[in-house]
Amino acid sequence: MLRAFLPKHIISSLDLDRREVEHIFEVADEYEKRGRVSKELSGKVVALAFFEPSTRTKNSFESAVERLGASTIGFSSSEGTSTEKGETVADTIRMLEGYSDMIVIRHKFDGTAKFASEVSHVPIINAGDGKHEHPTQSIIDLYTVSKIKGHVDGLNFCVLGDLKYGRAVNSLLRLMTKFRPGKVFLVSPQQLKLREEVKSTLNYPVIETSSLQDVLGDTDVLYVTRIQKERFADEVEFEKVKESYKVDLKAVEMMKSDSIILHPLPRVNEIDRKVDKTPQAKYFYQASLGVQVRMAIIRYLLGGSE
Amino acid sequence: MSDKELLVTKINNGTVIDHIPAGRALAVLRVLGINGSEGYRVALVMNVESKKMGRKDIVKISGRTVDEKESNLITLIAPNATINIIKDYDVTRKMKMKIPSVIEGLLKCPNPSCITNNDPEAHTHFFTVSETPLLLKCSYCETIIDEIQVMKQVL
Repeated sequence: MLRAFLPKHIISSLDLDRREVEHIFEVADEYEKRGRVSKELSGKVVALAFFEPSTRTKNSFESAVERLGASTIGFSSSEGTSTEKGETVADTIRMLEGYSDMIVIRHKFDGTAKFASEVSHVPIINAGDGKHEHPTQSIIDLYTVSKIKGHVDGLNFCVLGDLKYGRAVNSLLRLMTKFRPGKVFLVSPQQLKLREEVKSTLNYPVIETSSLQDVLGDTDVLYVTRIQKERFADEVEFEKVKESYKVDLKAVEMMKSDSIILHPLPRVNEIDRKVDKTPQAKYFYQASLGVQVRMAIIRYLLGGSE
Repeated sequence: MSDKELLVTKINNGTVIDHIPAGRALAVLRVLGINGSEGYRVALVMNVESKKMGRKDIVKISGRTVDEKESNLITLIAPNATINIIKDYDVTRKMKMKIPSVIEGLLKCPNPSCITNNDPEAHTHFFTVSETPLLLKCSYCETIIDEIQVMKQVL
């Protein structure tokens, strides 16, 4: 077990090195073999502090905690909590750390998870902070690639959609700095290009383009994201770009037969439902791997038995 | 005695900050947290001739010593300023300044969705990513600000 490299918190994909990520992949594989049930964290309590609504992330964390034999406390939105009465994030974290061994936090403001980690004495996992990062999603993404393709190195990636506000995209591109990807195409409308502060942390060249057709034939992994209405301050701007790209059967025909399509979900219209039946569509499989990966991450941070 | 010296008398104890770019003396005072209500005797000379700079500002603060951390913060708006600590009318120390690696509290993050703009306990914390050109990164949301944005906030 890689306890010597134990990070106290996972706020960004950059907080993990390659060995740690591969260790998490291996442990996730073990849980799959065991049927995703282990009671090694019996007696531990994990707080799920979801200040922003979430369906799959919260449920998969909850499922992961329970399958490890631990229990959860927490909330699913700010409504009905002391936050509505004016309690600060810091005070909420101080309260939860007294009740739990780990805090999983989601919040609509950028940087909240890092701020929480500066207050907390128990490990913090960032389950999404504004448009900033969503590191556990990126571990699931590359685990899926690794499961299907057998490796991550050398593959050509095409990341499509909202690269400006997409926190899953930020974390995925950053986690790929721990590997050696082949070509990385970034396809987005001009208004939704990857932000400079994220691009500056990447250690591999990226090719920015607005033409999906030009790069599909050279893509091994097509990562599609939703253009998120909730991240736009101006609805007029959202209307201009909301249906910029659609992955349909025609697009799939342009892809290699062994290429794959991933999506962090939820999907709206950016992938035609007819694509779901093609062999390239792996996004529901990707979502199904969320529980075992999050079990491995929680176990890694809380240090369960081997 | 030069025209410049005639404008303000020498100080007994305190700090003289010279070679401030013309027009930025008030910003230097803001960085130092001096607004006049503290009771220090402060002399400002603005837009005086300078061989090196063409025009420059000078600030003299009587009874107040500028420390190293403050002098480093001054580099954000006056990179070539010289800071002299005065005791009994003599210069006892010339501060060597460098752009600080971390700037806490002074600047506001321009990202309205940054936690530092939304939680009373979350104070700003910027890292210096580049000195020339000046680029600072918010340690929470990673928004990058440049010299123009720093100047807008401080001036």
